[in-house]
Amino acid sequence: MSETLLEVEHLTIRFGGLVAVNDVSFAAEDRRITAVIGPNGAGKTTVFNCLTGFYKPTVGCMRLLHTATGREFLLERMEGFRIAAQARVARTFQNIRLFPKMTVLENLIVAQHNRLMRASGYTVLGLFGYEGYRRAEAAAIDRARYWLDRTGLTDRADAAAEGLPYGGQRRLEIARAMCTEPVLLCLDEPAAGLNPRESEELNALLRFIKTEHKIGVLLIEHDMSVVMEISDHIIVLDYGRKIADGTPEQIRNDPAVIRAYLGEPEEAA
Amino acid sequence: MTAAARPLDIGAMAKEAGLTAFVVLMLAIVLVGYEIRDVPGAIALFTRFPDVFAACLIAFVGRVAVILLREGYRDAVMIGAGVAAFALLIGLLPETLFGTETATRLANRFMPFEAPIVRWCVFAAALFLAVRAAVGRRKLKVEDLKAREAAADRAGARVQHIARYAGPALGAAALALPVLFGSDQQAMSVAILVMTYIMLGWGLNIVVGLAGLLDLGYVAFYAVGAYTFALLATTEGIEWSFWLCLPLAGALAGLVGVLLGFPVLRLRGDYLAIVTLGFGEIIRVVIQNWYGFTNGANGISAIPRPTLLGLSWDEEPPAGQTAFHQWFSQNFWPVEYSPTHEKIYLFYIILALALVVNWFALRARRMPIGRAWEALREDEIACRSLGINPTNTKLTAFGVGAMFGGFAGSFFATSQGFVSPESFVFIESAIILAIVVLGGFGSQLGVVLAALLLIGLPEAFREVKDFRMLAFGLAMVGIMLWRPAGLLAHRDPTVRLKAAGKRAKP
Repeated sequence: MSETLLEVEHLTIRFGGLVAVNDVSFAAEDRRITAVIGPNGAGKTTVFNCLTGFYKPTVGCMRLLHTATGREFLLERMEGFRIAAQARVARTFQNIRLFPKMTVLENLIVAQHNRLMRASGYTVLGLFGYEGYRRAEAAAIDRARYWLDRTGLTDRADAAAEGLPYGGQRRLEIARAMCTEPVLLCLDEPAAGLNPRESEELNALLRFIKTEHKIGVLLIEHDMSVVMEISDHIIVLDYGRKIADGTPEQIRNDPAVIRAYLGEPEEAA
Repeated sequence: MTAAARPLDIGAMAKEAGLTAFVVLMLAIVLVGYEIRDVPGAIALFTRFPDVFAACLIAFVGRVAVILLREGYRDAVMIGAGVAAFALLIGLLPETLFGTETATRLANRFMPFEAPIVRWCVFAAALFLAVRAAVGRRKLKVEDLKAREAAADRAGARVQHIARYAGPALGAAALALPVLFGSDQQAMSVAILVMTYIMLGWGLNIVVGLAGLLDLGYVAFYAVGAYTFALLATTEGIEWSFWLCLPLAGALAGLVGVLLGFPVLRLRGDYLAIVTLGFGEIIRVVIQNWYGFTNGANGISAIPRPTLLGLSWDEEPPAGQTAFHQWFSQNFWPVEYSPTHEKIYLFYIILALALVVNWFALRARRMPIGRAWEALREDEIACRSLGINPTNTKLTAFGVGAMFGGFAGSFFATSQGFVSPESFVFIESAIILAIVVLGGFGSQLGVVLAALLLIGLPEAFREVKDFRMLAFGLAMVGIMLWRPAGLLAHRDPTVRLKAAGKRAKP
């Protein structure tokens, strides 16, 4: 059975007088897709930015457990890039952030920076053509090729990333995040701007990641066809508070969620 | 008059042309109106007001012609500019061809400017207008601009492809240069200067071109390198040799780069540029005012020249040393002493240093650190989300760039034999940056071309050096208009899937 991978307790984020996230607690499990949904401005992306170290929480604790090694990380105490490098939390962005002038393949190689850096003896050995670095780079290319095949981008591998169509850029961002070999993958609206067929492919890709790579996926999404179909667990935020938490079936019938999305009935107001 | 001509608004036209003439007046009063000349025993201030007046008049007439062209009076402009160009040709040609006094007097009647090249520039402008009017012009559309950009990229790609052969060819040419021009001391001096700037350009290219950190104070590290060597080599009791000081100077400049980098590198873009500009000036001002340590504005002189394995390049070597020509004459065949021997030696030193920088830059681009630099230039936030330490990555770029600046500085000190704060003013940073921008960010061959253009050409045409900065500015404006990404702007991927071969994932 799956274990708890991420535990968020009493997370509160204030920007001056504005409380963006207010005392939110939830857990995400290994090998499960956990979705965070809610109306615009509910604080979903703020929670993500906190998890990946771009914001520091005002109050609260975020614990990440590597189930394979048993190591525990307190994310709120780590610098942003260390969360990715050591705690191995990878993320994508709502407004895609690729390296536009670099090729698709290079985007995936950059994602394996830390491993290659060690293999190249922090550049010094690599400069002189050290054999171990060449092997590491070949392995990095193989890993990139694997994800290129998975995301259907192999044909465009040597083209600049900015030339990809929108859906391709979204998939490349996921592939890039997976190249860091994360234990938790955080996706910020991966289906935004995709057509129904592309959404379908995205669902398949996420399911594949969950079952084959045995990692946890945390997902912010507005597209309910994606959320309801692939999520194992859903957390609903509204005005910075958690209003519901449960399986897709439970959420679909939760009165608080319906109220948040559709508004109060006239007579109750 | 053509059918497309629109009715003229004389008032607006006069206003526009008058404004142009006014701008020229303000510029020309300072640049052209006054001149400081050496007279025996002193310097004197001369005025050239007729020249200023002529410049304004030419600007006014030229602007009117441009307006007429814009409004569709093509025939009138063609005839007017054509007649003017023809008249100028008749007036100027005899002087250039025969150089007699009568011819000069004739030319002077046509135009007050002293330098023939300026007169010919006016002629060229008139001719250009006439041709422009005759040929007519297509309106540029956005698609045209895009197509032009794509064409520029293709051209860059082609050059990059040729560079594989052109690079070694250029290197061989540089190696052979002293053999061809070795006897010409002037030519060797220019070659050394150009090579120094190529090295500085390649060094700065790592910082600006690869890592995207706009550094306007690069000359500071050049200064640190130069003073490190100058002080170590001239202080009594130390007096270390060039080859011992060279790595030290580089290391110290790199260290200064890292120290400056720490507080500065959290800034981005324009802010970073401004702060680095400030740091560049701070270093210079400190050197200028720390009299006890650096000898202030007087500079440090009598810096020893490098020796070749202990062989001196002097005609009369100091006691206990052998001179190169003596040694060579003893062991091989007799050679006369010549000051160019030393120049040739210096040229090979700077060539070797520059090639080291080039080798590093080309190699580092294919290393994880080089890719991280480029990724950081593209998107810093994405880099952080991938576990790349942005501070360290930027610091390495800054430090490595500074180190190469320090190497070049210590070479500068030994080749000149004298350093003073005056050599490390902001304009030096600007020239090095201009070389990088002109050449195309990240393009190694582009830097060579740009250094040849910006340093070599002005040195070759020293007699018109009054107009050097004008030509420099004109070149920069031209580049920004027609090749905003630089002469050779094309990015080659550092790794390709196709070339990597097919291997299955285990």
